[in-house]
Amino acid sequence: MQRHLISAADLTRDDAVLILDTAEEMARVADRPIKKLPTLRGRTVVNLFFEDSTRTRISFEAAEKRLSADVINFTAKGSSVSKGESLKDTAQTLEAMGVDAVVIRHGASGAPYRLATSGWIDAAVINAGDGTHQHPTQALLDAFTMRRRLVGRDEGLGQDLSGKRITLVGDILHSRVARSNVDLLHTLGAEVTLVSPPTLVPVGVETWPCEVSYDLDRTLAKSDAVMLLRVQRERMNAAFFPTEREYSRRYGLDGDRMAKMPEHAIVMHPGPMVRGMEITAEVADSDRCTAVEQVANGVSIRMAVLYLLLGGNEPAATHTRTEEK
Amino acid sequence: MTKILIRGAKVLGGEPQDVLIDGETIAEVGTGLSAEGAEVVEADGRVLLPGLVDLHTHLREPGREDSETVLTGTRAAASGGYTAVFAMANTFPVADTAGVVEQVYRLGREHGYCDVQPIGAVTVGLEGKKLAELGAMHESAAGVTVFSDDGKCVDDAVIMRRALEYVKAFGGVVAQHAQEPRLTEGAQMNEGVVSAELGLGGWPAVAEESIIARDVLLAEHVGSRVHICHLSTAGSVEIVRWAKSRGIDVTAEVTPHHLLLTDELVRSYNPVYKVNPPLRTERDVLALREALADGTIDIVATDHAPHPHEDKDCEWAAAAMGMVGLETALSVVQRTMVETGLLDWAGVADRMSLKPAAIGGAQGHGRPVSAGEPANLTLVDTAYRGEVDPAGFASRSRNTPYEGRELPGRVTHTWLRGRATLVDGKLA
Ligand SMILES: [Zn+2]
Repeated sequence: MQRHLISAADLTRDDAVLILDTAEEMARVADRPIKKLPTLRGRTVVNLFFEDSTRTRISFEAAEKRLSADVINFTAKGSSVSKGESLKDTAQTLEAMGVDAVVIRHGASGAPYRLATSGWIDAAVINAGDGTHQHPTQALLDAFTMRRRLVGRDEGLGQDLSGKRITLVGDILHSRVARSNVDLLHTLGAEVTLVSPPTLVPVGVETWPCEVSYDLDRTLAKSDAVMLLRVQRERMNAAFFPTEREYSRRYGLDGDRMAKMPEHAIVMHPGPMVRGMEITAEVADSDRCTAVEQVANGVSIRMAVLYLLLGGNEPAATHTRTEEK
Repeated sequence: MTKILIRGAKVLGGEPQDVLIDGETIAEVGTGLSAEGAEVVEADGRVLLPGLVDLHTHLREPGREDSETVLTGTRAAASGGYTAVFAMANTFPVADTAGVVEQVYRLGREHGYCDVQPIGAVTVGLEGKKLAELGAMHESAAGVTVFSDDGKCVDDAVIMRRALEYVKAFGGVVAQHAQEPRLTEGAQMNEGVVSAELGLGGWPAVAEESIIARDVLLAEHVGSRVHICHLSTAGSVEIVRWAKSRGIDVTAEVTPHHLLLTDELVRSYNPVYKVNPPLRTERDVLALREALADGTIDIVATDHAPHPHEDKDCEWAAAAMGMVGLETALSVVQRTMVETGLLDWAGVADRMSLKPAAIGGAQGHGRPVSAGEPANLTLVDTAYRGEVDPAGFASRSRNTPYEGRELPGRVTHTWLRGRATLVDGKLA
């Protein structure tokens, strides 16, 4: 059994479906009066966050606690990454404490991969977001949300997303969510289209298993789901686009645009939403927007991943992406 | 005076000959030379080359003696077959005054493993704003003729123009680290398919090419000589080829690692592959080999960049850029240029000794292997095959990308002005 989850590209179709199915089981725990399983009793999981992300940390923490794991939160924010000693030193400290799994969030792409492969530590490593590289549990929770909404909660079991047309809109260049989603959705059989101003599309995107468009309006009618990606305000100062208003006019999702989407189509957002620029309040608050469900689903997915990596059977592989492309 | 008879060496890869060294010079080259009164080295068909010359070495002293010193760096150079190295100016303090360059020059002479020719900074503190005292460095005991802010690009077009003009007064050359700074902010690796997947900041080819294009045009305009450091892209080759066809006085170097390795290796996230300019694509590698073969790229230079273990044993983004290269350069060139049929050994001697010595004005180096010339020589066992083991390096640092890789060839002997610095693969 593989011990780490570093990249969404490491998951086979069967791994991914197993995680989604397991997450459905986990979701049922949340419906019980006592939301706890004894699965990881006596195991220690560390949430190692070199970068601030309260939402992701809390989601992992809730998942760990529902599985009865002992949880240590280690926030290394502000510790010097410039010298690079902190990651290795911290890893060795955790190793000495005998931890079973490390959930790591890091500002540098590849840091979780280094942690898993450099012999610094023996624990299972789960990537909770590294630089602009990957955020595999986010992609899994997004796929889980899509499967529930577009296939069905019970009908979805055992199923992938074959034939579903998913559009990702926004800052692709700096988005680990986009990279993870493209990989996973492709593995699950969906057709992915990226929509973005050309300045926010990475050079080299042509080898990705997806389409790229600069025109949001043309893609809306043929989308089963439209996922908005965060556009950070500082991108504007770096001249990625002229003004916030112009971005919003060309790539923001408002009521008129939502009306062009098929009736059943959903609007997704990994949060936190920048209302006004990426999405209007009207869209954000509509029942087609799944942002709140995505948060709840995140806990179920993370429970499933922890369960399968630490307790259960045959999930995730550890290699970097290339092999299958 | 010591006499040494090197018996049966393929001089520049040709028919076996004997070479007699008498004192500091080559006394005779021929067949069946008398061994009387001479110590005999049986070359056994190994290849004899003029001592290699590296136009681009980082010796780190003064300031980062934990990475390398003039002593350890020149021992590494002798191990790799070098008899002269040009030491880059990005030390602490920066080699931007006569005092610092003289210190480095003297340390080289005292240690005696290899001649050290300091390179002077183009601008004060490598800051790109104010010309350093180029004339004073030239007139110092170090006799500096090559100037470079390597590690940083002289990106201000006016400063670059002035530097190119100014060094004409004493036949100097400006060696440019071509990297447009704005286009490479946050750059971690070659910008392309692999960077897009890995989510690492891209270092686009155009950031190198645009500076080279500008600088060859500046050199043409003011009638100066410019040298391009570690050229790494197919597009850069095209620009230099065009410039030369136009008669512009430009020379260029390529590193061994850019002749062999590609950005695919970055998928390992192992910082041993982190280098500036970054490893490029297969297409670039092939273009660089062709260009070195046809003379568009004049020389191989190592960009030997030692770093201590802790600066590489970390996550990619935090790691230092650079690789050591002095001890593996000739092996990589044998593998990429000789065994591919692109260059013969005379061609290797030209690209790794004659031309770099000529570009940098290294006295007594890069000379033909013939009677009356200084006995700066390197004997190479080209049949040797073995895995690279950094534990055996003379360099103080071990950041080689070739650990565990099989590379051909091994330098067995190096002579600096008739004195052996390396004997049977061991430092003398
Ligand atoms: Zn450089």
